[in-house]
Amino acid sequence: MTTIKRPDGRKFDELRKIEAKVGIIPNADGSAMFSFGDTIAIAAVYGPKKMHPQHMQNPEKGTLRCTYNMLSFSVTERARPGQNRRSQEIGKVTEWALSPIVLIDKYPNNVVDVHINIIQANASTRCAGINAAAMALAHAGIPMKGMVSSVSIGKLDKQLVVDLCKKEEDWEEGEGATDIPITFTNEGEITHMQLDGKITQKQLKEAIELGRKACKEIYEIQKKALKDAVDEEK
Amino acid sequence: MDRKAITPGELIIEGEDYLPGEGTEKRGKGIYAQKFGLVEETNKLIRIIPLSGTYQPRRGNVVIGKVENINFNGWIIDIGAPENGFLSLMEVPRYVNKDALEEVMEIGDMVVAKIWNMNKRGIDLSIKSRGFGKIDEGMIIRINPNKVPRVIGKEGSMVSLIKDETGCNITVGQNGVIWIQGDTIEKELLAKEAIMFITENCFVSGLTEEVKKWFENKK
Repeated sequence: MTTIKRPDGRKFDELRKIEAKVGIIPNADGSAMFSFGDTIAIAAVYGPKKMHPQHMQNPEKGTLRCTYNMLSFSVTERARPGQNRRSQEIGKVTEWALSPIVLIDKYPNNVVDVHINIIQANASTRCAGINAAAMALAHAGIPMKGMVSSVSIGKLDKQLVVDLCKKEEDWEEGEGATDIPITFTNEGEITHMQLDGKITQKQLKEAIELGRKACKEIYEIQKKALKDAVDEEK
Repeated sequence: MDRKAITPGELIIEGEDYLPGEGTEKRGKGIYAQKFGLVEETNKLIRIIPLSGTYQPRRGNVVIGKVENINFNGWIIDIGAPENGFLSLMEVPRYVNKDALEEVMEIGDMVVAKIWNMNKRGIDLSIKSRGFGKIDEGMIIRINPNKVPRVIGKEGSMVSLIKDETGCNITVGQNGVIWIQGDTIEKELLAKEAIMFITENCFVSGLTEEVKKWFENKK
């Protein structure tokens, strides 16, 4: 097997430069920014507020509603603005990734809205979105069991790598690229995993362990960003 | 201040002798955070003071709300919480014609009220006490509800300081709405500025002294 070199010269288990910040949108009840290198996601949380229309209210527990949106200038070729099939799907997936940790049952008939916007895209946008959303939810004072951190694991030919960038996502040599976005809670449980492409069982297990390690790093950054927001005000 | 910031899912303290309070949860032997905020410990009770987010109503809170709608037997009041408050007609101490509830309070009027009950159906408000009822004059400002405790101060020390310095009457609603009423607009504006100063410097320790200095500089 020939050794693979990553296009941006990173090590196989090295993340791109991460930046995280909370409280970036003054009008929202909670907000956060999260970036993996050139991928930048912002998330805004509104609520809990009364669910409208009334027929969507759930008197047993609250609702978490996520919308994911890629802004038209976020990619090289202008993206058509507004919701499309892909963004609807990612919004739903984000909702599922977040719902195990958000203790929303305390707010019956209410809804918590999470709006994720990608202002610059270079692969792993859903992971950046989930990371930003988790921070924004905490910032909005929503009760949560813990935090979630998300990372994409890729397989370039036969080599597992952490945090894919756009060039690696379009890898064509050998077996091509496989993209596996995984989300972990801070206790190391998986809340979301997607897989595009082919992978062996053994390698998938390795990929999960790799993701768990990377998510620990991301979790520390998320925690630090939240705490820095407090110190800044002091 | 030695109160430390905490994020959801973090272990606050381990040990059997502590009690989990608001915003915390006991899992196994440790007490874990459920909210983002500052940790406070009083008599072995651990609780979290939230720093951001929407107003969470509580029984006994004094709130200032806006009349949003009129029912056949009362007023629906927006108090800035997920649920609207309901002020019953029975709360008004005099006879009110059921066709003319507008005569007491119209849509858009501001009202000072107390939360006396919360149940599945909603939040019941009361105005059966001195200082409650419709607001006729003055100025309304809104601040972050999480900063209300700082504006009030220890046993109301901060509010009474502003009252003494400006000669205004100030009512602080727990939902972050503040009613300022003074003789002149200048006095009201000074009180408003003072409150804004507090919200911007709400983490400074010995804030009451700082506000005193701020008032001296203004004179």
